[in-house]
Amino acid sequence: MADLSCKIAGIDSLNPFWLASAPPTDKKYNVVRAFQAGWGGVVWKTLGIDPPVVNVSSRYGAHHDQNRRLLGINNIELISDRPLALNLQEIRECRQEWPDHVIIGSMMAPIEERAWKDLAQQIAESGVHGIELNLGCPHGMCERGMGSAIGQVPEMVEQVTRWVKEAVDIPVFTKLTPNITNILWSAEAALKGGADAVSLINTVNSIISVDLDKMVPEPMVDGKGTHGGYCGSAVKPIALNMVAEIARTPETRALEISGIGGITTWKDAAEFMALGANAVQVCTAAMIYGFRVVDDLIDGMSQWMDDQGYSSVEQFTRKAVPQVANWNELNMNFDTKAVIDPDKCIECGRCHIACEDTSHQAIAMNAKPEGGKEFVVIDEECVGCNLCYHICPVPDCITMEPVRTDKPYMTWPQHPLNPMRDAAE
Amino acid sequence: MTTQQAKPALQTGQMSAVAIADNFSDLHPPFSTLQAMAESNRCLYCYDAPCVTACPTSIDIPSFIRKISTGNPDGAAKTILSANIMGGTCARACPTEVLCEQACVRNVAEDEAVEIGSLQRYAVDHLMARNLPHPFKRAEATGKKIAVIGAGPAGLSCAHRAAMLGHDVTVFEAKPKPGGLNEYGLAAYKMTNDFAQREVEFLLGIGGITIEYGKALGRDMTLADVKSSFDAVFVGVGLGATNNLGLAGEAASGVDDAIDFIEKLRQASDKSTMPVGNSVVVIGGGNTAIDAAVQAKRLGAEEVTLVYRRGPEHMSATEFEQELAKINGVIVRYWAKPVEIKANGRLMGMVFEKTTLDASGKLAGTGETFEVKTDQVLKAIGQKIKTDDLAGMEIAGGKIVVDENYQTTAAGIFAGGDCIKSGEDLTVQSVEDGKCAAIAIDAFLKNA
Ligand SMILES: Cc1cc2nc3c(=O)[nH]c(=O)nc-3n(C[C@H](O)[C@H](O)[C@H](O)COP(=O)(O)OP(=O)(O)OC[C@H]3O[C@@H](n4cnc5c(N)ncnc54)[C@H](O)[C@@H]3O)c2cc1C
Ligand SMILES: Cc1cc2nc3c(=O)[nH]c(=O)nc-3n(C[C@H](O)[C@H](O)[C@H](O)COP(=O)(O)O)c2cc1C
Ligand code: SF4
Ligand code: SF4
Ligand code: SF4
Repeated sequence: MADLSCKIAGIDSLNPFWLASAPPTDKKYNVVRAFQAGWGGVVWKTLGIDPPVVNVSSRYGAHHDQNRRLLGINNIELISDRPLALNLQEIRECRQEWPDHVIIGSMMAPIEERAWKDLAQQIAESGVHGIELNLGCPHGMCERGMGSAIGQVPEMVEQVTRWVKEAVDIPVFTKLTPNITNILWSAEAALKGGADAVSLINTVNSIISVDLDKMVPEPMVDGKGTHGGYCGSAVKPIALNMVAEIARTPETRALEISGIGGITTWKDAAEFMALGANAVQVCTAAMIYGFRVVDDLIDGMSQWMDDQGYSSVEQFTRKAVPQVANWNELNMNFDTKAVIDPDKCIECGRCHIACEDTSHQAIAMNAKPEGGKEFVVIDEECVGCNLCYHICPVPDCITMEPVRTDKPYMTWPQHPLNPMRDAAE
Repeated sequence: MTTQQAKPALQTGQMSAVAIADNFSDLHPPFSTLQAMAESNRCLYCYDAPCVTACPTSIDIPSFIRKISTGNPDGAAKTILSANIMGGTCARACPTEVLCEQACVRNVAEDEAVEIGSLQRYAVDHLMARNLPHPFKRAEATGKKIAVIGAGPAGLSCAHRAAMLGHDVTVFEAKPKPGGLNEYGLAAYKMTNDFAQREVEFLLGIGGITIEYGKALGRDMTLADVKSSFDAVFVGVGLGATNNLGLAGEAASGVDDAIDFIEKLRQASDKSTMPVGNSVVVIGGGNTAIDAAVQAKRLGAEEVTLVYRRGPEHMSATEFEQELAKINGVIVRYWAKPVEIKANGRLMGMVFEKTTLDASGKLAGTGETFEVKTDQVLKAIGQKIKTDDLAGMEIAGGKIVVDENYQTTAAGIFAGGDCIKSGEDLTVQSVEDGKCAAIAIDAFLKNA
C-alpha cells in the first residue's frame, strides 16, 4: 500500500486529509472521533476574542439533485460560539493525547494589530502545529469588519498575515475567500505578508433557495433569510481553478497550498493535489456522511497510487500544473470528433437533440430497416465540443477521438484568421 | 427423436445442447459498469447499517458500495474479502432476499432493496480478473501448525484466516478437488465458468496452505493421529450422509440422492451429456430439492414434480427459490408423503399419501393416495453428519457440539460449518464459522 504521509508548510502529516475549520472540528469530542476514524489532521473551528459569538437557529440551506443527493449546502453560522479558554484547553488535551495528528488553530479578529497578535500567541501556546487566518467567512462576520471584509482587500490580507508571522514562530496558513475578482491578488498579498501556505477556498457567497409559499430565502430565521456561505461538491470547480492559478503563476507558485472546496471522494483530493495542493481539507462531505468518508479517501487514493506506480504523494503533487495553459497557448490545429458505439447505444436520443438544438447538427438520427434507431456522427459537422459525450447516459458509449493530422502546433496568436496575429510568424 | 420405444430410463438429448448451455449460464447475469454505477448510487451509505447486521460475515456493505461509486472497485473488493474471503461465491449463492437485502432500508420507502449481491459480485470479479498479487499479507510466522479437515467453505475460510495470522496450515480433503459444496453442490447456474476452482486458487494465494487430496478422516487417519502432529485441528467436514425414505425398493435404479445428481451435473463440463429422466419426481422442501428440480427441468426433463409433505410456508427454501421453481415449470405438490416405490426391474412410479395436520398439530396421513408415473426419483430429504468419521468428539442433535469459541469437547479441536449448529446451513455461515474459528484458534495457541 502506497505511503500517504505528506508535509505541508514544514508540518509532517500521516496523510493529506484534514478536516477544515467548521462544525466537524468544533470541540474535542468531534476531533477525537475524527482522529479515530483516520483523519491526519484538523483545523480547529475558528476562534475569536471573547465574548463568544451567538448563533441563530436554522443555519443551513441545501441544493439537492433530483434524487435528494446533496450537491451543496450553504450556512449562516459564525465562528466558534464557545469560550476561548475552553477551546484552548481542549486543543491542549488533544495535542497530548494524539501527538502524531496535526492540529491547526484557526483564528479571526477585528483589524487591529494587538488583537491579532494577542490571540495568535494564545493559540500558539496551546501547542498547535500552525495557525490558519480565517479571512473568508462571507456572512455575519464580514458585517463586523472581519472574515471576507478583510480577505477581499489585498493590503489587509498582507497586513494581518505579517502581524501574525511577527507574533508566533509556527507556520501560518492564510485562508482565502473566493468572493473576489482575482485570487492571485490575495495570494500574492499573503505571500508578501510572509504566509507559509494558503488555504483555499472558504465558502462562496450565495442564496441557495427561496421558499415560494412564504417568499423567504432559505435557511429561514423567523420569516427572514440572509446570504450565506456555499460549499460542498458543487464548489469544487471554482476551488480547483483558484488552486491551479496560484500554483502556476510565477509570482505565487512558491506558496504551499492546502486545497479546500467540495472534496468528497479520493479522486477529488487527487485532482486538487495534481493541480497544486500539498494537502487537502474537507468539511461538507464529512458533514453529510460522517467522519468515515476518510476511509474511501485513504483507500481509494492508495489503491490508485499503487495502480499508477506512485510510492509517495509528492510524486503526483502539482504533476498536472505544467499542463494548465492560457487559452492563447492551445493548439488550434487539434481536432477531435465524437464516435458513437452502436453496440452500447440504448437509443435514448439525447445526443441527437442536444447537438441538433444547441450545437452543430452533427448527430443524425436514422431509422434502422430492422426497426429502432441509429445515431451517427456526421464528421464534417462535428466540431468536437464534447457535449454529446458528457450527456450520454451510458459510460464509454460516446468517445472523443482525436483526428490524425500532419498540421503543426498553431496557437491563436499565430493563426492566419487572427487579424492581430504575430507579425514575425 | 421419433420413437418412444427403446428409450432408456435416463437419457440425454431431450433438449438441444445449445439450449442446455443457455439454461446453465448465469442465473443473475453480472452487472455491467453502468449497472454497477447506477445501483451503487442507490445506496444511502447508512450508518450502523441494517444490511451489515443481516450479513452473517458482517461485510461493511455501505463502505464497499461507496467505493464502487467512487470508482474504486478493487478497494471495494478488499473491504468485502477482509470480512468474507469467499465473497465471490457468496455474491452468487447467498439467499440475499432473506439476508442483507431483506434488511436494506430501501425496502421501507420503495419496496426495492439495493442489489447488494450483484454489487458484491461486480467488485470481487473486478479484482479477481486483474490477477494482482494476493491482497492480504501474512503476519509474522508463528511456527504453529494447524490441520484443517475438509476443503469446503468452512475449512478454506479457516485455513485462509489462520495463514493470515501467521500459522502454517495443512488441509486434508477426502475428494480430489477443493471447494466442498461450492464445487459439488451449489446450482450450476450460480457457479458458472468454474468459479469455485478459480476462487480457491485465489484464496490459496495467501501462501502457507497445503492441501492433501484423497485424505479422509476416519478412513485414512483418526482424529488422534492428526492431533498428535499439529498444534490445533479444525473440523469442517460438512454433512456427509443423507436421509433415506425408508421404503422398499429404494435401491432400484432410478432412485437417487438429489445431491449425487447435482454433483454429477456440476462435474459434467458439457451439461448436455448429463442424463436425466423424462418424468422426474423430487422429494423434499429445501434448497436442495428446488435446485434438483429446476436443474432437472433445465436439462430437458419433460415433467418435474416436486412433492413436499407440508405447505409452502413450511418449506425451508426461500420464497424466491420457490418462485424460481414455478417459473421453470416445476409442478409443486404440497401435503403428500411418499409411501411406495413402484418398480419392475426399473422404476415405474411413486405412490404418495396425502397429509394434513392432526388436532395436536402433528403431521398425519389422510389415507388418500395418488400415484405419479416417474422414471427418476431424486431424494432431497435432508443431510446429516457422518458420525463414524468423527469419533472423539461429542455429537448432539446430529451436530458436533462446540462452545462459543468453536471448540469441540476435545481440547484443541475446533469445528465449524454445516457440521455444527451455528446459523443456517449456508455457505456464508460456514465462511463466518471458519474465520471466527481461526481467530479463536489463534487466541488458543497464544494462551497455550
Ligand atoms: C444442493 C445444495 C445446494 C445449496 N445451495 C446453497 C445456496 O444456494 N446458497 C447457500 O448459501 N448455501 C447453499 N447450500 C448450503 C452450502 O453449500 C453449505 O452450507 C456449505 O457448503 C457448508 O460448508 P462446509 O464447509 O461446512 O461443508 P461442505 O461444503 O460440505 O464441505 C465439506 C468438505 O469436507 C470434505 N470432507 C467430508 N468428510 C471428510 C472427511 N472425513 N475427511 C476429509 N474431508 C472430508 C468434503 O469432501 C468437503 O470438501 C446448498 C447445499 C446443497 C447440498
Ligand atoms: C457550517 C460551516 C461552518 C464553517 N465555519 C468556518 C469557520 O469557522 N472558519 C473557516 O475558516 N471556515 C469555515 N467554514 C468553511 C469550511 O472550512 C470550508 O472552507 C468550506 O466549507 C469549503 O469546503 P467543503 O466544500 O469541503 O465544505 C465553514 C463551513 C461550513 C459548512
Ligand atoms: S442535526 Fe437535526 S437534531 Fe441535530 S442539532 Fe441539527 S437539527 Fe437538531
Ligand atoms: S445519448 Fe448515448 S445512448 Fe443516447 S442515443 Fe446518443 S449515443 Fe445512444
Ligand atoms: S441498508 Fe441498503 S441503503 Fe443502507 S447501506 Fe445497506 S445497502 Fe445501502
